[in-house]
Amino acid sequence: MNYLSAFLVGGAICAAGQILLSKTDLTPARILVIFVTAGVALTALGLYEPIVKFGGAGAKVPLTGFGYALAKGAYKAVDESGLLGALSGGVTATAAGISAAVLFGYIVAVIFTPKTRK
Amino acid sequence: MGSQIGKRTIKFKNPPNITAAYSVAGRKEKEGPFGQSFDLTFDDEHWGEKTYEQAERKIYLKAVESVIERANLKPDDISFLFGGDLLNQIIASGFAAREVGIPFFGLYGACSTMAESAILGSMAVDGGFARYVVCATSSHFATAERQFRNPLELGTPKTPSAQNTVSASGAVLLTSDRGRYPAATHATAGRVIDLGATDVNNMGAAMAPAAVETIICHLEDTGRGDNYYDVILTGDLGTFGTSLFHKLADDSQHDFSAVHQDCGSLIYGGDEKMNCGGSGCGCGASMLCGHFYKELVQERIKRLLFVATGALHSPTSALQGESIPCIAHAISIEMGYGG
Repeated sequence: MNYLSAFLVGGAICAAGQILLSKTDLTPARILVIFVTAGVALTALGLYEPIVKFGGAGAKVPLTGFGYALAKGAYKAVDESGLLGALSGGVTATAAGISAAVLFGYIVAVIFTPKTRK
Repeated sequence: MGSQIGKRTIKFKNPPNITAAYSVAGRKEKEGPFGQSFDLTFDDEHWGEKTYEQAERKIYLKAVESVIERANLKPDDISFLFGGDLLNQIIASGFAAREVGIPFFGLYGACSTMAESAILGSMAVDGGFARYVVCATSSHFATAERQFRNPLELGTPKTPSAQNTVSASGAVLLTSDRGRYPAATHATAGRVIDLGATDVNNMGAAMAPAAVETIICHLEDTGRGDNYYDVILTGDLGTFGTSLFHKLADDSQHDFSAVHQDCGSLIYGGDEKMNCGGSGCGCGASMLCGHFYKELVQERIKRLLFVATGALHSPTSALQGESIPCIAHAISIEMGYGG
């Protein structure tokens, strides 16, 4: 059941991305930014939490999930250390993800050379 | 020396002969239906070079050197090299020109550069300023992706209306020497047309109006009918742009459906992975210098109007929301033209 709900939620989010790629002239970079900020906004409005409860990793792994983690981190830090937490909390909560992206990106860039599709 | 007829068409007095043409193309182009017509093909997009940009330079250089060799000439015999490519500061052409040492006029007309170069080269020859000139352009899938869209490293998918930049080059050798060869008889320079299209993933639609405008002007200036030419060959409208092309022609009471062919739609033979077909200066150039030049020499085609269309935007202008200005240059290449 978990798998199914994760698949439905994750698939729906990715399908939305594909529709934006195919049907609009938005660049991929803009779509990424829209997804992250949408995740933050939906979390702030309390709308993303139920989606995470239902979809689990299906909601957390796509880019909107990154926005969700940023917003959650900010809330948590505000509760713990006051208003300054709104600035520090987001990145603190997502530090592992950011570092992993940099580290693995670096490793892959060193090892592989991009090629055209066969 | 030639003269101007009508609004903006040049009629060459002694039509410069195209005594040799040479095309170089990559693996995907070789696997297409016209693969056999390219003079030289390569399998790896790096072609033994360190970067894609160096590979494109090599494609360009091969086309130029080989067309000179094919005409039994040496680089020293060539007065001028006209040409360009799609990269910033046209580095494929400029760096290749460094290697051959021919006096070089670097041109940028985006994908219209092959026709633009051939027109200017013909003017130089017919004007008596040169006995031999070479006109060449190139494009490369990976360098164009980096230049205009996203570097391959990003691994982003393409939209369905997008076209695939062709990895290829084409070069022609124009001369005042007489003989029975395909000759450049007329040329119509393009105006920059902009109907407000902003989608950089749908270049064919942006360029189709320019192609129609130039072709109609060419036919009016020369007094030729819609079916005078055996083939009206556009460079890289792609399948989407081609359907718009026919619609716009229809709106102007013209019908090119019997004679029109489009290099971008032809080169991959409708391979779905290539979306709307091929694009880039190398698309029209390699098809003209490969398949169509051979057809002209063997007189299966006698009258060809080559119309190369170009989108004159830059990645910066597109990101700033500007529309895409487009141009189409037309050059008439005829076999056994009597005047």
